[in-house]
Amino acid sequence: MNQQLTRSQRLSRLDVKASPYLYISPFFILFFIVGLFPLVYTAWVSVHDWHLIGGQGEMVGLTNYIDVLQQPNFFKALRNTFSIFLLSSVPQVLAAIVIAYLLDTNLRAKTFWRMGVLLPYVVAPVAVSLIFAKIFADQSGLVNAVLEILGTSPIGWHADPFAAHVAIATMVNFRWTGYNALIFLAAMQAIPREIYEAAIIDGANRWRTFFSVTVPMLRPTIIFVVITSTIGGLQIFDEPRMFDTLGQGGADRQWMTLTMYIYELGWGAQKSFGRAAAVSWLLFLIIIAVGVINFLITRSIASSSSGKAGR
Amino acid sequence: MRAAIRNLAAVACVGALLTACSSGNGTTPDATQSGSASADPNEKVTLTVATFNEFGYEELFEEYMADNPNVTIEARKAATSNEARDNMNTRLAAGSGLADIEAIEIDWLTELMQYPDKFVDLADSELDGRWLEWKSAAVTTEDGKVIGYGTDIGPEAICYRADLFEKAGFPTDREEVADLLEGDWDTYFNVGKDFVAKSGGVAWFDSASATFQGMVNQVENPFENSDGTPIPLSENDEIKAIYDDIATAATDDNLSAGLAQWSEDWTNAFQTDKFATMLCPGWMLGVIEGNAQGVEGWDIANVFPGGGGNWGGSYLTVPEQGANHEQAKKLAAWLTAPEQQIKAFQAKGTFPSQVEALEDPALLDQTNAFFNDAPTGQILAERAKAIEVAPFKGPNYFALAQLVTDALNRLDVEGTDDAAGSWDKALEAYNALGLS
Repeated sequence: MNQQLTRSQRLSRLDVKASPYLYISPFFILFFIVGLFPLVYTAWVSVHDWHLIGGQGEMVGLTNYIDVLQQPNFFKALRNTFSIFLLSSVPQVLAAIVIAYLLDTNLRAKTFWRMGVLLPYVVAPVAVSLIFAKIFADQSGLVNAVLEILGTSPIGWHADPFAAHVAIATMVNFRWTGYNALIFLAAMQAIPREIYEAAIIDGANRWRTFFSVTVPMLRPTIIFVVITSTIGGLQIFDEPRMFDTLGQGGADRQWMTLTMYIYELGWGAQKSFGRAAAVSWLLFLIIIAVGVINFLITRSIASSSSGKAGR
Repeated sequence: MRAAIRNLAAVACVGALLTACSSGNGTTPDATQSGSASADPNEKVTLTVATFNEFGYEELFEEYMADNPNVTIEARKAATSNEARDNMNTRLAAGSGLADIEAIEIDWLTELMQYPDKFVDLADSELDGRWLEWKSAAVTTEDGKVIGYGTDIGPEAICYRADLFEKAGFPTDREEVADLLEGDWDTYFNVGKDFVAKSGGVAWFDSASATFQGMVNQVENPFENSDGTPIPLSENDEIKAIYDDIATAATDDNLSAGLAQWSEDWTNAFQTDKFATMLCPGWMLGVIEGNAQGVEGWDIANVFPGGGGNWGGSYLTVPEQGANHEQAKKLAAWLTAPEQQIKAFQAKGTFPSQVEALEDPALLDQTNAFFNDAPTGQILAERAKAIEVAPFKGPNYFALAQLVTDALNRLDVEGTDDAAGSWDKALEAYNALGLS
């Protein structure tokens, strides 16, 4: 009896120590198989001459990286990616906060409005692209038709890089703003109402409470949204690929993003997995760098304004 | 004790995840079936056949299964040829997952001809002379291995808008139009200049890059020497001359409507009278009819600048990685026999590549109501016979043709560069490929 008790005690100690690891292990096991292993393997591929069909060739060191950095298309892709990323993420986060703030006020039919902003998110990105392709067509599109009625000259949505980026960013914003707004809304509702009351008693108007109470209190959420939209924004693929029927980012690569460039290197004309893997790793490093910068910026902005609120 | 059960459950859960994962990597059911070495003709087999767009095989599969009760055919269909190409390349690279019979298109056939080992040799003396000479030559390796059976081809004619011709004071009858356009590409462009001067804003052709396709398919060695080595683009005078001709026609002479084929604008342009003629391979007839629904006036003339030309067409291959080589070969041979291809033509309009089928009354009597009841079967059969040149398309054809297509689109569709600047960018892109 006594021995049995010790065994069960031992078991329960083991349980306390080991169980948490066991419970989270499925995620990590899956992560090792589908996350870490491909990551390391991609690095391995990137230092080899590796053909799509021919397979593994010689070890070539950093040649793939050098080749890629000498191709003008790499820098075009980099420019396009950042341009689309900035044109989408910045307005998106700002608009999402404002929409969330409006949804947080005392509206009639709250659930209707809240579900409404999420609707675009339900639409598949490819479907969004098909719809926007009609809106942004150069000769027969809706936007250019309206511009013509207004008397301005039509815009070459598929010719001018910046116009193309705006059009693609519009698709991204259409899809993701509502989603981010709901995340902000959830965070806003977690802000204790007493703080607002105190601010109002202190004589703060709506603007003041928004900037001095709501925004600082949203800080962790803003960091979260900025980092996830950085990762998503730099990996953007579906929308630009579907922006025309050829899917290569325009004849002059006006809207070819880095992920599309990876696809072109690996499966397109060059069929070089080595170069594609090299760009994948460069993209990975870029995302980490931008993520860290964003984290630092958002942290300092949010904390400086929360410092103001404290005063 | 409850704790122990909890732990066990957790372990079981992890175990289940692992097995679930490993079974996902396992072989597909048809790959595990018994091998082909002992080809028992009555053995029960399941054959997968992967095609794209419309091959018109649905009813033929039923027919084959009725005649061969031991065979079950599973059809896979990709929406576009590009999708099928991606799938093909990925699974060839992976070494598994391809169907027993895979359809491939002529434009990316050449990339695969570098790896004849990945395909079963389909050479069969009984089938000699079944196909047009150039059609079967393209799938035969130097040492006589045949990796595919031809299905359809794309003999090109000129499709035109008789109503727009009439407005510009041009002849409208298809025989007269054929006489008018008889000649080389200069004739085609010169008639175009005349047309544009009188048409009041209607362009002569739809797209510079599509016209390029037509011209390049008449060049013996468009981008590569016959030994497969690429001709440096900067030294490729023939292609440069074609490029200059089209660039002049499209921009200086305003013959082009400036549309990229398959784009939204191109599709919509069929409804808004943007252009009057286009190069018209057999499979394009259905595309025009679909896009131009409700528009009256389309017709087809039995003529093509510079003689004949072929655009597109496909083959059936048997990948080495499949398990039922013999049975798959038998089915592929049956599907590509003249009798079957005629049925596919009647079902979906895919124009047969078999010599015998070109004489078949069922093909020659075919008319197309949308094209003003033109005898399309007869016209295309004659266009097929006019094809003289089978361009050599080496391993890099797809990539190199894309460079020039991009260059033409830059000046024709997007207007980002002039002819010289756009060509320079093409040369730059050629260097980035790192071929030489």
